[in-house]
Amino acid sequence: MGAQLRELRRRIRSTESMKKITKAQELIAASRIIKAQQSADAAKPYSQALVRALEAAASRSNLEHHLLEATGTPTRSAVLVVTSDRGFAGAYSANVIRQAEALTGLLREQGQEVRPYVVGKKGANWFRFRGREMFGEYVDITGKPSYADARRIADDLLEAINTPTEDGGVDEIHVVSTHFKNMVSQEVRARRLFPIVVEDVPDPLHRIEAGAPGGMSEAAEAETPAATTPQAEDETFPLYDFEPSAEEVLDALLPQYAGNLVYTTLLDASASEWAARRRAMKAATDNAGELQQNLTRQANAARQAEVTQEISEIVGGADALAAAGSE
Amino acid sequence: MAGELNVEVVAADHQVWSGTANIVVAKTTEGEIGIMAGHEPVLGLLVTGPVTVRTDDGGAVVAAVDRGFLSVSENHVAVLAESAQLAEDIDPASVEKELEAAGDDQAAARWAQARLQVAGAR
Repeated sequence: MGAQLRELRRRIRSTESMKKITKAQELIAASRIIKAQQSADAAKPYSQALVRALEAAASRSNLEHHLLEATGTPTRSAVLVVTSDRGFAGAYSANVIRQAEALTGLLREQGQEVRPYVVGKKGANWFRFRGREMFGEYVDITGKPSYADARRIADDLLEAINTPTEDGGVDEIHVVSTHFKNMVSQEVRARRLFPIVVEDVPDPLHRIEAGAPGGMSEAAEAETPAATTPQAEDETFPLYDFEPSAEEVLDALLPQYAGNLVYTTLLDASASEWAARRRAMKAATDNAGELQQNLTRQANAARQAEVTQEISEIVGGADALAAAGSE
Repeated sequence: MAGELNVEVVAADHQVWSGTANIVVAKTTEGEIGIMAGHEPVLGLLVTGPVTVRTDDGGAVVAAVDRGFLSVSENHVAVLAESAQLAEDIDPASVEKELEAAGDDQAAARWAQARLQVAGAR
């Protein structure tokens, strides 16, 4: 009996220390969400000005750029999968990977070859464990992504898309990442980065992607890069003078735009990752509290049982002595 | 005078400077360009180097930009660059080290030199 009580007390203590750890993790995650959101806000002026300039340049040049419009049937796609470097974030990475698999299946059905580019250790390990080839692997950046990281990823992707298909290049670039809607809701999104979806109406592939199963929360709205790219014909641009020329400006802007897209995606994913981690750690803390409460009840019952037993032993012993004495 | 310019200097991850100014001097791939209020709309690619913003009170803000461009419309000037640093934020000692480390990387070396130049001219 005494052994059971000791065991229970030991478990209460270890649960207590686990709870402290998860609580600390939760608080850290909460503060990192804010930081990630601040970085995202700081990057906004650049994105906005860049998109405006890009729209102006695109509206003037003849739009024949392989990053702007698809040429022929795509045969190969790069898929950038944004997972996390660390665990303790619930199903964050698993959800992204599941969505990436759905997209991969979809693209394969269309006869495309899929090349994964993976961000985050969790995703990289998942691919490595299954012996799948990764064409790009970027780790130790998801906690606090910097623009230099985004630039590196974007450069690799651009190199792939700028290489002719016959020489092993890709035709399309897709990205699967988590979008931070608010503190409690994040959703996994699959989007096509390049060629940019120019039309107002999302193309069929796009709609399928957005509706593909596996989202973290309710069905994704078909919010696409189209929302930020040339689409509004009713909006008129000032007649810009281009130096040196509209085409050259566009050529220079598109890589910057790619870098910016990857950067904002990483920041969005980072905020989501911390939010997922905060939620997971909050659940763990709550569970530890509950467990602790149950264990305490059990320990109290065990202690009570021990006391009762001792009393009945003493009483029994006294009775036996009294009986022996009266004989 | 036609009025004043609203200027913002923005790097990829943060806004470097914003305010009103009389004139903005930058260097595009075609040559030096000076923008004053009432300038026609321009979109120009900037070479790695300094951008000078002269403010109303006669002061000057100098920033080094890398892989940037300039967009002017309706007295609003946006200088956008993947990297941009104000002259006073540049630490010449650390940039010197970067320059040494750059080695054969021409882009990195150019960016380091541009920053040194901006820091030196201050």
